[in-house]
Amino acid sequence: MTTVSLTVNGQPVTADVDPRTLLIQFLRENLRLTGTHVGCDTSQCGACVVHLNDQAIKACTILAVQADSATVTTIEGIAQGSELHPMQAAFREHHGLQCGFCTPGMVMSAIDIVNRKGQALDEQTIRDELEGNLCRCTGYHNIVKAVAAGAQAMAQKPLPQAAE
Amino acid sequence: MYAFEYHRPTDVKQAAELVAQLEETKFLAGGQTLLPTMKMRLAAPANLIDLGQVAELRGIERSADTLSIGAMTLHAEVANSADVRTAIPALTELAELIGDPHVRNRGTIGGSVANNDPAADYPAACLALNAAIVTNKRTIAADDFFQGIFATALDEGEIITKISFRVPSQAAYVKFRHPASRYALVGVFVAKHADGVRVAVTGSGANGVFRVPEMEQALSRNFAVAALDGISVPAEGMSSDIHADAVYRAHLVGVIARRAVQAAASSRA
Repeated sequence: MTTVSLTVNGQPVTADVDPRTLLIQFLRENLRLTGTHVGCDTSQCGACVVHLNDQAIKACTILAVQADSATVTTIEGIAQGSELHPMQAAFREHHGLQCGFCTPGMVMSAIDIVNRKGQALDEQTIRDELEGNLCRCTGYHNIVKAVAAGAQAMAQKPLPQAAE
Repeated sequence: MYAFEYHRPTDVKQAAELVAQLEETKFLAGGQTLLPTMKMRLAAPANLIDLGQVAELRGIERSADTLSIGAMTLHAEVANSADVRTAIPALTELAELIGDPHVRNRGTIGGSVANNDPAADYPAACLALNAAIVTNKRTIAADDFFQGIFATALDEGEIITKISFRVPSQAAYVKFRHPASRYALVGVFVAKHADGVRVAVTGSGANGVFRVPEMEQALSRNFAVAALDGISVPAEGMSSDIHADAVYRAHLVGVIARRAVQAAASSRA
């Protein structure tokens, strides 16, 4: 067993883990943060995207022990109380989901795109940047609309940073 | 994945001591290849030595004629580096095309080079830019480093510390990307230095990354697409799989090489 200490959604966490525990397993099974999903488990689909030190990564392809001392933000950490993060609200408003399985990863990737590329995003940029996230329901059309709208909403509103 | 012991050195010396003491070791860089391989139980090291906290392996340094990138530097860091973009913009474009944004936030240049996947991008850049692969023991010329699919000149336990690229006067990398895996079906890196032109091809060789001497000689005389008239690469020696057979790949090498020369010739001299 190896001790791992990190900050998850603003809360310090310390645990003894088998070194082969993936970060996604640690989040879901140890911390019961089941909003982050396991889709393909082969770093293709993006359902497991979380932020590690404010950068989007696939939590299925990193060991929990590699996140030692790091700050992790999951889908559970972006709303402020009952108020959705602007990107979450945009996905709801624009019907950017059907079954919802890919949505946590889509939202975390979308926020990362805004962090890196700014708040005025054209359609091609959004489609290119979402290449690591698969959705098998929507055909992406409404996801792209949601990301563009969410990006603009993030410009208008101070970001909920409490959990970061 | 099978169980292993986890080790986290904080400098290269410690990492080298660990690998000397322990049995059945593997170095963990960004883990974007090694961890999936371990999940599939195709790799099962008894001891995993994580280089993630070795700060001396990270960073980008530029001098007049070389660009040195630390082995643990992320693809995203290379893609976003102003020094890289100024010195070798073709390398910026290469880094931007690796995997997807999440993979680029974890994957490292040293991991890619040490793994020598036959469809990886960096090996083509190393060969075309006549790079020096610097390890904790020695410096290896790229021409001597890549020794076939997943095979390199690295000794057991040897650690890549940085990769030093010669800054070219003109260069370009063009990649025909497999749309699902995002690996190169064919990737061609063309670079012009004062002493000649190099053309390196990844994704297609049955023996991994390779140079095309006939193209290099023609382009060294005349750095223009027209110089490649009549030059093709044979299907013999190309890899064949469900995505593309050897004849198709050989044809594609010619097409992509011409696009790369076009892009390089129109880049700033």
